[in-house]
Amino acid sequence: MLKTFPKGGIHPPENKITASKGIKKMTLPKVVYVPISQHIGIPAEITVGVKDKVDIGQVIAKSGGFMSSNIHSPVAGTVTKLDKIIDTSGYKKQCIVIRTDLKDESNFKDTEYPLKTTITLEPKDILQKINDSGIVGLGGATFPSHVKLSIKEGTKLDHLIINGVECEPYLTADHRLMLEKAEEIIVGIKILMFALHIDNAIIGIENNKADAIETFKKIIRKDDPIKIAALKVKYPQGGEKQLVRALLNREVPKNGLPLDVGVIVHNVGTIFAIYQAIQHNIPLIERVVTVTGKKLENPSNYWVKIGTPITDLVNEVGGLPEGTRKIVNGGPMMGKAIKNMDVPVTKGTSGILVISEDEASRGEPKNCIRCGECVDVCPMGLEPHLLMNLSEKGMYEKASAEDIMTCIECGSCSYVCPSHRPLLDYIRFGKNSVKKMNTSKN
Amino acid sequence: MSAQPIIVSASPHVHSDRTSKKLMYDVVIALIPAFLVSVYVFGISALIVTSVAIISCILFEYVIQKYLLKTDVTITDGSALITGILLAFNLPSNLPIWMIIIGSLVAIGVAKLSFGGLGFNIFNPALVGRVFLLISFPVQMTSWPTAFVNNTSVVDAVTGATSLGIIKEGLNMGETMTEISARIPSSTNMLFGFTSGSLGEMSALALILGGLYLMLRKVISWHIPVTLLATIFIMTAIFWVANPEHYANPLIHLLAGGAILGAFFMATDLVTSPMTKKGMVIFAIGIGIITVVIRLFGAYPEGISFAILIMNAFVPLINKFFKPRRFGAKIKSKIV
Amino acid sequence: MSDSVLYSVILLASLGMVAAVLLYVVSKKFYVFENPLIAEVDEILPSANCGGCGSPGCKAFAERLVNTEDISDLFCPVGGNEVMKQVAAILGKKVAEKDATVAVLRCQGGCDVRPKTTEYQGPRTCAISAMIYSGETDCQYGCLGDGDCVKVCKFDAMYMDEHTGLPVIITDKCTSCGACVEACPRDIIEMRPKHKRDLKIFVGCLNEDKAGIAKKACDVACIGCSKCQEICPKDAVLMANNLAYIDPIMCTLCRKCVEVCPTNSIIETNFPPKKVKKVEPEAEVNVESINLKTDA
Repeated sequence: MLKTFPKGGIHPPENKITASKGIKKMTLPKVVYVPISQHIGIPAEITVGVKDKVDIGQVIAKSGGFMSSNIHSPVAGTVTKLDKIIDTSGYKKQCIVIRTDLKDESNFKDTEYPLKTTITLEPKDILQKINDSGIVGLGGATFPSHVKLSIKEGTKLDHLIINGVECEPYLTADHRLMLEKAEEIIVGIKILMFALHIDNAIIGIENNKADAIETFKKIIRKDDPIKIAALKVKYPQGGEKQLVRALLNREVPKNGLPLDVGVIVHNVGTIFAIYQAIQHNIPLIERVVTVTGKKLENPSNYWVKIGTPITDLVNEVGGLPEGTRKIVNGGPMMGKAIKNMDVPVTKGTSGILVISEDEASRGEPKNCIRCGECVDVCPMGLEPHLLMNLSEKGMYEKASAEDIMTCIECGSCSYVCPSHRPLLDYIRFGKNSVKKMNTSKN
Repeated sequence: MSAQPIIVSASPHVHSDRTSKKLMYDVVIALIPAFLVSVYVFGISALIVTSVAIISCILFEYVIQKYLLKTDVTITDGSALITGILLAFNLPSNLPIWMIIIGSLVAIGVAKLSFGGLGFNIFNPALVGRVFLLISFPVQMTSWPTAFVNNTSVVDAVTGATSLGIIKEGLNMGETMTEISARIPSSTNMLFGFTSGSLGEMSALALILGGLYLMLRKVISWHIPVTLLATIFIMTAIFWVANPEHYANPLIHLLAGGAILGAFFMATDLVTSPMTKKGMVIFAIGIGIITVVIRLFGAYPEGISFAILIMNAFVPLINKFFKPRRFGAKIKSKIV
Repeated sequence: MSDSVLYSVILLASLGMVAAVLLYVVSKKFYVFENPLIAEVDEILPSANCGGCGSPGCKAFAERLVNTEDISDLFCPVGGNEVMKQVAAILGKKVAEKDATVAVLRCQGGCDVRPKTTEYQGPRTCAISAMIYSGETDCQYGCLGDGDCVKVCKFDAMYMDEHTGLPVIITDKCTSCGACVEACPRDIIEMRPKHKRDLKIFVGCLNEDKAGIAKKACDVACIGCSKCQEICPKDAVLMANNLAYIDPIMCTLCRKCVEVCPTNSIIETNFPPKKVKKVEPEAEVNVESINLKTDA
């Protein structure tokens, strides 16, 4: 029996059409738009001015506090503007616009370094380096990694979990990364284990990525403290809490963190970024992005510079197909539909999904028939239909008492609802309102 | 860029292909075998009763929504169709047409639309229609045509009592079960539908077939039917073991009357049953107990309709008290 | 026969007695003293229960008025100075006097002047669509058009204009309770003093983008050109973030700014027509509503 989390979950069609496509290097963008807020928390502070020359990897915005992250220039070039550009949030946000210097050789330098396995830095320096390199959670949440790694003295940690689940349909960025950079990822895991003094690590991979599981099994020696766990395919297994439950049978307490059960979870992408930063001194300026969609000519996986406009990415795969109605930053379950094609790729962009007419429209909402399907699939044991009603009626106190805040916004309820009710839309709104209510109370 | 503006909406951007309409038509498909059996058994009259019920239900829904409530007409969603079929299934096949129409009006107008339409009704509409008719016209509602006897003539029907009716009557006369059992159909006949009773509850086999289809299509879960039938079986078995001369054998209780129809199609109605699996089990146990109590000690020979309606009223409470377990709530520390 | 009559009379009478005693005891035992002033003040208040004063209803506001020492910062926007004066007379406390205000809509971006560049799908409420993105048009400051303000108005003083897709405020019915201001996620609705005959001049735009971007998104956007500021004789126009704002207290309603605005983003209401220019009458402007400036 393969492991999985017990309650809820769905099986959307996988549609991993780019699973066999190797990660290609994306053509260098002529202009990059680097938002200063690519992570959860305080936006970074801009440290460059217009017309400044910047080097590749140079800090262009400094971390604005503990809950923040540095931002580095993804290219060598000139800052042309400090402007407001619509980003994934759908709103105009401060961006640093850099024109790429196409003559500068450093832009074309190969970043494929030979594998380096010896760890030379001390634990304290490793954490500092992660902080300096602007590394955030690359699974999509973009939580600053150094915050996650700053563990209070005396916290008992026994497992490092590596999230290679990639349960979102369509996306294959992590999958390809695991296939192509398996050895680097193992070194990255060892770095973290060394830095945090953790003795065990488990890489959780869903069973639909058998080749990735095989690859890791070949590399890992018997005496390694790193284990590979094959998981049954089920969405949203990539959610931290679900993954911890599936792998270790430990349940993260309500409103708690994996830390509370002695576990720390990192995405494979983040682990690779940490490897790059520690071993090769490369900050987070590039990430793997799956550019996919059923109608696309040439869907594939790419190494993309942070700040590349999505237009460039779509042109790389043959342009927008006829009848495109929706463009999503991320996967189909949790990604955000973007407003226009100039939205730049950020640290949290794991994929660009192009959806055509027939799939784009949402069904007309009908009356709730109380089938209880949403209750069945909710991985957090909530009652989405009830939470939606409470949010719609503005009964936030009650919604809060019904644990609305523990919703992980996986979208399973909206996915299954046979009446096409906008469950998650309202729950998200309810969460926002409860948050506001709580802050105004304090 | 395409001619139309791009769509922006909140996640998720994909949706399963299940729709309420599909669920409804799955239920209709599941009811077909039982319907065919009743046409085979009762002939043309079964067809007439069912079509009248369906047509009047849909018509009432249309008229009320269009002219009285002035809302969107939802007759195509299949729910009125199901109400019509289920109502017909709960009627004797020789019921006068005007009574069927009254029953449909009560089912659709009172039990469904006055509560706000699909999804807001507390009670199963078909059962409300049926119980209304049973109380208003007890004679017509309890004279059951006998299988195969009156295939052609609807008016001069030869009527007989249902198995449960025979048992009840016999016990009231002071007879013992051994004496009565000679007069009731064999279990095999009940299984295949050669007995007398309301239109749809003829063949247990056909109903189970339909129920299994619904489970296969994941329209209903096993919780309600299995728990309900198990409760009836266990309860009646206890009484039967205690006094086999006074209480009928549990198998008769399962196969006779509306137990199977109720368990698979009436109690599992999505709208009027609880949301959680835990709640469903409680709900089904409640129905089972009330059914058995009415059957054994009540005035009516059959009680599943009443039992379901009574438990329907408890559904909001059940939903309130039997919530799913929240992830991460109250856990024992498992850290080693 | 007579027995049963007697019994029922006795039974009913004694039941009545028991109930009366119970009622008496309970009403004595659980008597709560309430200041009679509260009822008196409550009587005067408009009973609109709109929440414009910050209390959950008129009764609660009356309690607050009676129980608070200094009530100079409490105000009933619906009743206005009239009601507050009466309250002051009853309670013998000082009340503030405020100019009557009325809600105005600071966005003119109807469908005809502000093209939709995307299509929003989801629940049609401003609060939710504002959470997801900046709206169907390219202006992230303007009206979202889903009518949250209309939904919260308890006085039927607002409706959605079918042609423009914008809400319209019926000034006569507006009690300035502020519910719409609260409901609007974009803060487009502002409470402005209701001058004589409801004459108002204000900037009907909140777009802080630079001129080109703002103009591209919406034909009637304020482009921050400062022409109104230059012409204003009373320094009532403030410029900030590429946007003009007319201070309602400083403004003397001279209407000079209205004429110079190149994008017609300054709105004047209820003024008599100044110049008799031959202008095609705009498609039925509601008399009660804001008269959009017609002299282009």
